[in-house]
Amino acid sequence: MTSTLTIFRREFASYFATPVAYVFLVIFLVMQGLFTFYVGQFYSREQADLVAFFTYQPWLYLFLMPAVAMRLWAEERKSGTLELLLTLPVPLGSIVAGKYLAAVAFAAVALFFTVPIWVTVNWLGSPDNGVILTGYIGSLLMAAAYLAIGAALSATTKNQVVAFILAVSVCFLFLVSGLPMVLDLFSGWAPDGITLAVANMSFLLHFNNLQKGMVSFADIFYFVAVIAFWLWVNRVVVESKREAG
Amino acid sequence: MEVLLEAQDLRKHFGALKAVDGISLSVRKGEVLGFLGPNGAGKTTTMKMLTGFLAPTGGQAMVCGNTVSTGNVAARKRIGYLPEGAPLYGDMTVRAFLTFVANTHGIQGAEARDVVDSAAGAVHLHGVMDQRTETLSKGYKRRVGLAAAILHAPDVLILDEPTDGLDPNQKHEVRRLIEAMSVDRAIIISTHILEEVDALCHRAVIINKGKIVADGTPSELRARSKYRNAVTMLVPAEESERAASALKSIRAVAKVEAANEGDYIRLTVLSRGNAEIADAVGDIAAVSNWKVAQFSVDAGRLDDVFRQVTEGQ
Repeated sequence: MTSTLTIFRREFASYFATPVAYVFLVIFLVMQGLFTFYVGQFYSREQADLVAFFTYQPWLYLFLMPAVAMRLWAEERKSGTLELLLTLPVPLGSIVAGKYLAAVAFAAVALFFTVPIWVTVNWLGSPDNGVILTGYIGSLLMAAAYLAIGAALSATTKNQVVAFILAVSVCFLFLVSGLPMVLDLFSGWAPDGITLAVANMSFLLHFNNLQKGMVSFADIFYFVAVIAFWLWVNRVVVESKREAG
Repeated sequence: MEVLLEAQDLRKHFGALKAVDGISLSVRKGEVLGFLGPNGAGKTTTMKMLTGFLAPTGGQAMVCGNTVSTGNVAARKRIGYLPEGAPLYGDMTVRAFLTFVANTHGIQGAEARDVVDSAAGAVHLHGVMDQRTETLSKGYKRRVGLAAAILHAPDVLILDEPTDGLDPNQKHEVRRLIEAMSVDRAIIISTHILEEVDALCHRAVIINKGKIVADGTPSELRARSKYRNAVTMLVPAEESERAASALKSIRAVAKVEAANEGDYIRLTVLSRGNAEIADAVGDIAAVSNWKVAQFSVDAGRLDDVFRQVTEGQ
């Protein structure tokens, strides 16, 4: 536990050691604003909710979360510090967890800066704050799932750009598997069970439930399972890549 | 004396390539072992197995009685490791980096501050503690790496090319440091710089193609050189030819090598079977009345032994 915390602290601080973190936060907030007010028509909807805010987040995260995760391992491998890190008396599980949690915490900070929109909507009307809270929880869980994928794929390469592209591609699959255009491919010939399974693989489906205020064990379990699976992949990849240096 | 670091028949194969092919060695407390070999001989791979970064294909490494493995955190606590090129987190200050390393060893708070301060003091880092490591010169980076390796007072120090790329003053500094630290630990340093061995190693192991080809004290190794007991003398150029043919007539002399040095010629007289020929050569020089400017007996040359065992001559 202490060692996870040690890794977490170093990793989290390193996000803010360069201006990149601040640039990222600004881009995130500007994009979030664009999606909410222009694409999502926040004002013209004339409804006191954050649907316009949450609807486009899966697409925004598709590019931003891989950008947060891409350096986690690729940079260590490139600069040779991976050897230093893996020879310190810290269990590999703690390193994987500490790094991952730092990325999640960074995403949480970014999400925290969107609080003004919540204040705004409360000032303009009287929204159901319970729905907004589950929306935020869903948003963070989805970001965490993207980051788990990004972290695992970051360990496969020394090149951050490659890590980014790989992560966007895999995240994209997890995203679109819930869209009608993908499901139509299956529904014609495959049994309903398979179509349903593919649809259930999607972040969209589970995120939509949460942002509508429906908190079900299944949706939370889905995200936790995806995260656990990719953290396990992360560990396996690091184990196998250490042999390659 | 107690054996602190031991390798038992270590092997590492990458596919068909046998990078390390059965290396056994042990380092006692107070001993500095030089680990030599040409580039690509398997030095770094061996070091990586000793520190638990790589899992051996066969054999095992032991530190203070613990088996080193990629999962054995307890064994890793006893080791201080300076990886090749001393990689550091460039975006951290020296203090933050050393504190991080201390924390990973379970040293926290005020105690961490103390060990960081004393390790930084030992390698003279006090002026740069609040600089980012990426802004430091090569010599300073190496020292930061060393400080990180020693701050938890490990029993075993494993240093991969600790002086590579440093200027002569920095090399001297790092060697003095290693010497000072060697008193109550076992230290293994890999290098391909032979002067290092003379400067600080109590024992040297030479490896080639993943196998140990020589193991002994620096003088024992030197004794295997064809220059052992060779006599080197500086004679005026005009006398050199006469001198060379006279020397060749001595039965114990195997060969005479000549090299130009301004108005003088440096003659190196190699003996047959490393016999002592200094007296015979001296007598001839005295009788023939050569104007000998310098006269010295070779103890043997490490670089010669190194070539001999690694090139298979």
